[in-house]
Amino acid sequence: MTQTATTLIDRRDVDFLLHDVLALDALFGRERHAEHDRQTVAAMLDTAEKLAADHFLPHAAKLDAQEPTFDGEDVHIIPEVKAALDAYSAAGFMSAHADYDWGGMQLPHTVSMACSAFFSAANISTAGYPFLTRGAANVIAKFGTDEQKQAYLPNMLSGRWFGTMALTEPGAGSGLADLKTTAVPGDDGIYKVTGNKIFISAGEHGLSENIVHLVLARIKGAPAGVKGISLFIVPKILADGTRNDVRLAGLIHKMGYRGTTSTMLNFGEAGGATGYLVGEAHKGLTYMFHMMNEARVGVGLGAAVLGYAGYRTALDYARTRLQGRPPAAKDPNLPPVPIVEHADVKRMLLAAKSYAEGALALCLYGARLVDDSETAETPEARDRAFQLLDLLTPMIKSWPSQWALAANDLAIQVHGGYGYTREYPVERLYRDNRLNPIHEGTFGIQALDLLGRKVLADRGRALALLSEEMMATVRAAPPALAQEAAELTSAIGMVSETVAVLGRAAAGNQLEQALANAAVFLEMLGHVVVAWMWLRQATAAEAAIHAGSGTGSGPRAAFLDGKIRACRYFFRWELPRIGAQAILLQRLDQTCAEMPVESFG
Amino acid sequence: MKVLVPVKRVVDYNVKIRVKADNTGVDLANVKMSMNPFDEISVEEAIRLKEAGKATEVVVVSIGPAQAAETIRTALAMGADRGILIKTDEEVQPLAVAKLLKGVVDEEQPGLVIVGKQAIDDDSNQTGQMLSALLGWGQATFASKVVIGDGSAEVTREVDGGLETLSLKLPAIVTSDLRLNEPRYASLPNIMKAKKKPLAEKAPADYGVDIAPRLKTLKVEEPPKRSAGIKVPDVATLVEKLKTEAGVL
Repeated sequence: MTQTATTLIDRRDVDFLLHDVLALDALFGRERHAEHDRQTVAAMLDTAEKLAADHFLPHAAKLDAQEPTFDGEDVHIIPEVKAALDAYSAAGFMSAHADYDWGGMQLPHTVSMACSAFFSAANISTAGYPFLTRGAANVIAKFGTDEQKQAYLPNMLSGRWFGTMALTEPGAGSGLADLKTTAVPGDDGIYKVTGNKIFISAGEHGLSENIVHLVLARIKGAPAGVKGISLFIVPKILADGTRNDVRLAGLIHKMGYRGTTSTMLNFGEAGGATGYLVGEAHKGLTYMFHMMNEARVGVGLGAAVLGYAGYRTALDYARTRLQGRPPAAKDPNLPPVPIVEHADVKRMLLAAKSYAEGALALCLYGARLVDDSETAETPEARDRAFQLLDLLTPMIKSWPSQWALAANDLAIQVHGGYGYTREYPVERLYRDNRLNPIHEGTFGIQALDLLGRKVLADRGRALALLSEEMMATVRAAPPALAQEAAELTSAIGMVSETVAVLGRAAAGNQLEQALANAAVFLEMLGHVVVAWMWLRQATAAEAAIHAGSGTGSGPRAAFLDGKIRACRYFFRWELPRIGAQAILLQRLDQTCAEMPVESFG
Repeated sequence: MKVLVPVKRVVDYNVKIRVKADNTGVDLANVKMSMNPFDEISVEEAIRLKEAGKATEVVVVSIGPAQAAETIRTALAMGADRGILIKTDEEVQPLAVAKLLKGVVDEEQPGLVIVGKQAIDDDSNQTGQMLSALLGWGQATFASKVVIGDGSAEVTREVDGGLETLSLKLPAIVTSDLRLNEPRYASLPNIMKAKKKPLAEKAPADYGVDIAPRLKTLKVEEPPKRSAGIKVPDVATLVEKLKTEAGVL
């Protein structure tokens, strides 16, 4: 029993989100994307869908079962991974988003993300390599010198060289301020980098001719803390073809995501790895956060589509698995029904649908904001999009990591005992997704970023923009969705009241108490934002029905009806959770924070 | 040598089709359409011939509604050079297709026409053969290998007993089978380039062809549901039942 192409991502949903919800057409009027149109985008999505089904999906289970190995010299990965990535690069996906000048297609981020959805849903481990490479290339494109761009971008964007981001150290994970890797400048302006990094994804492999590590390190004598961190390019192979002083100390054996190597890397065992400073000294963290923000939207998307694939697999299973009879059927001679007929299975599937499709909508909306922040017509519009994106990033990263993962959990439950076996893909999808609340900033880090930096320190300015956007959707909602629109309005009110209480506390010497339950705030605002995404989808579905699409009883009508019903589910079953969360937050409840360490037992 | 490849827009092979309630045909409303897979193979073969220096130009032609232009664009994105759309919203049956293609052949004078052996919607398996007869050209159907020589082609065909190799004089018609090649993906740069490739629009009248259907569809029905099987105790019973009940021996 395996995943099939039809259980990955519903292409109708992607088209619906891109066109009916996110008005992709507006982007084609912008100079950067002037050569694109609906037809080219459809053709590109077709290629992504096919390539994912033909080259990424077939080896996903095998790669999980036969994870990469290290023999002390080389890393061995099943050959299907390289074949898939070569096909991926050859089709132009590595560089699709990049400038024409660098061999790219200037594809809108929204479309590029939609393409990634197919690859990540098919095989997140194999998709991990280009994901990291694109991120590293983007940092070099934005902050590198012309010389660095010439040296690295063509090779990375063509897929000949891959990239990494090397931040974490054994003693510095979430607390990057404590990182110890050092860089000593030479007379030639080239640095010697020494230190140990851990959990570096794609840090070693034989899939590309070279690996370009972007390494955070402290220049000797730099100030302590985050203000003394610089960013360096440290390639595995130097320009003269010799091996740089970067060594793999070992592979890490993970719960999921097994095909993307996770590495311990030693820099400078033999005297110092050659490194090239990116941008100015001591500004490394700012540059890295440029990559991290993109990475966080990407992590959200990966989480969303893993949950999506779980949901679709469970749906497919529930439609074919015959078991049990309706409670009212008394005749044991009646044939059993497909389990999708049972109310409790429908409950699980509808929850999973609302999480997975809601998460995908949120991530593609985030990508649309990335586009607007770069190419909207006016500076004001670009700035507004940037502020919204900055505020939403912790939610785009965390909400899918939490709730699309819940969809994976439900997908196992729908499968019953079979779901708990390795013969079915749903347990792997769950294990793969379990990484997402952890890496690229844990759930707790995202919560502090959201509440501390982006709401309280910002004095609610970005949050006010978000409220405006949500209220615009409320006003545009058709009469059929008046109930949901009213509920979203009161949810926005509840958020404002909560922020007011937390803001007063923070200003009145209770910052620590205000931040203690940041994770609850992240969950609360995340649910409100996803409720908003559902209202937008249901509104778009109503509009499509009124425009004459999907009337009657065909598959299009069922698709649109499903969107409206999932919206209703989310408002009735999910959004009310925020009531209890608001109470905890507004009371500044300190039950957890005040727990004496000894009393844990 | 110019190669002509006809392509047809059909229901995507992944779609679970539904018969219309009034049994007049298959429901095509809001259904994903794509290039007939055998035509994709034909396009791939033509592009490979061009890449190998055996062909100079690959021309694709489609007959159908305005949306068939998308199917032509797909072929252009794979690497074909230009397209011709013969636009019509009417039902076009194999004989009419063959007559229209003859018109295109007369105009374009290709050295080789590669046609899919059949389309996955109506499974007629007639167009290539009819075109061959109308032109008086040689034909090699169900090709699994095509080698172009000097003024001739050597074509390996998949037949019931195995493989048959034919040599035929060019110009000729080849119809492609599943194992001829594995079609490439339309790469993103080629999708963009395809936008700028020429696509001429024609009408059936331009070729003086009357496309009125000669065949009438009486009824379209779902295949009967498979009924439950039975278990037999031994081979003798099986053979007996195949003889007497199934009547297949």
